[in-house]
Amino acid sequence: MQYESIIQRDVLMRGIRAFFYDRDYIEVETPIRIETPCMELHIDAEPSGDQYLRTSPEIYHKQLLAAGHERIFELGKCFRHGERGPLHHPEYTMLEWYRSHADYMDMLDETKALIDSVSDAFRGEWSVFSVAEAFQKYAGWNPVEDFDEDRFDLDLVEKVEPAFRRIRGPVVLKDYPADAAALSRRKPDDPLVAERWELYLNGIELANAYSELTDPVEQRRRFTDCAQQRKERGKEVYPIDDAFIESLASMPPSGGVALGVDRLLMILSGESSLDRLLPFR
Amino acid sequence: MYSASDLKKGLKIEIDGDPCMITNFEFSKPGKGQALYRCKIKNLVTGNTFDKTYRSVEKINRCALISRDFTFSYIDGLDYVFSDNETYEEVHLNEELLGDLKNFIVDDMQVEILFHNDRALDITLPNFVEMVIAETEPGARGDTATNVMKPAKIENGYELNVPIFINEGDTIRIDTRDGSYSDRVSKG
Repeated sequence: MQYESIIQRDVLMRGIRAFFYDRDYIEVETPIRIETPCMELHIDAEPSGDQYLRTSPEIYHKQLLAAGHERIFELGKCFRHGERGPLHHPEYTMLEWYRSHADYMDMLDETKALIDSVSDAFRGEWSVFSVAEAFQKYAGWNPVEDFDEDRFDLDLVEKVEPAFRRIRGPVVLKDYPADAAALSRRKPDDPLVAERWELYLNGIELANAYSELTDPVEQRRRFTDCAQQRKERGKEVYPIDDAFIESLASMPPSGGVALGVDRLLMILSGESSLDRLLPFR
Repeated sequence: MYSASDLKKGLKIEIDGDPCMITNFEFSKPGKGQALYRCKIKNLVTGNTFDKTYRSVEKINRCALISRDFTFSYIDGLDYVFSDNETYEEVHLNEELLGDLKNFIVDDMQVEILFHNDRALDITLPNFVEMVIAETEPGARGDTATNVMKPAKIENGYELNVPIFINEGDTIRIDTRDGSYSDRVSKG
């Protein structure tokens, strides 16, 4: 067992909590075993009896925002079926936080402040590319104008991410094609683009953020479309959480970030695989 | 057929009819995107390596490799001819495919030959072969140190370094995996 990594994790967890307490966030706990995992095309929930283990605390956090909580964070385990590799583990620690009356770029400032509060390694300017810029530069096409899911995923992994690894310092990829919006809102003045970013530290994808979608009609449509696509691919279709959809109507405009704590710990300790620091892997 | 999630380092697969081996493998999943399996692959015929990324829905051909036991028979021009221990069928291997191994093939040697659809891909010799020293400087009598080496030549012209106490006519054991001296079997 890695003695050092246990201590490093404790230091990191304390640092993260201190950062949020300092900014008047409250720490929340939401259900881990649930009936309605957040429906996404490529994220599969681990079954748990007749329910599932959460893949993300997202749908509960948004209900808390709708109930009037303005700054919330949670540190907890999430589970994703079949994800195993140097940067993936089916059970992992997620940091998720939401702030009302903030958008995705406000959340980027806050993410930078968080990273700088737990490490000196990433101070200085962060490079920010829109998806359109990065793909035109490194892959020679613009997915925002003409989205092709397979080509997008392949070029992201084979061309764009390797190019990010050659850039000094953190890189942010923002403004995703609307087809890859997930649960983010479209840009008010450019509906082809979704207000979403992904942060790369040392070329490793660490965090995902949205200006949250607060339109119950569009949210239900996205879940229904996703359910259809999952069904066509022979994947399990999860029930839609009506309480979540209804709560969106009273949710203020908000920003949210999900950050992989194990990966952050891995990056901060200079390791290249999660195997080196998950003690009971 | 394999599905992409079966892929792993060391797995042999068939691509465009050629046997290939996965030499490096990485599971990848870009944010909210599909699972991708990034592979470095070596073509076992040409030796070329290349990168290939599989999506989880893709199917990959299995590669049927068969290994059979043969006995070395004779040399025919640039070919080394082996006969199948069970069927006595002959197979010709070009000396190019054998590379340096050709130096260690002796009469009646038992070998394993790896085939893909009747095409010979690789040969495995016994780990050690005994050969006689044809040429070397005389050794110092009584010097049995094994860490001081000198050049020597085998009857077939193969050159290697041997300890200083080895003399012409001595029989030595050579490690066929790296072509190096292993030990002395008998004095000449």
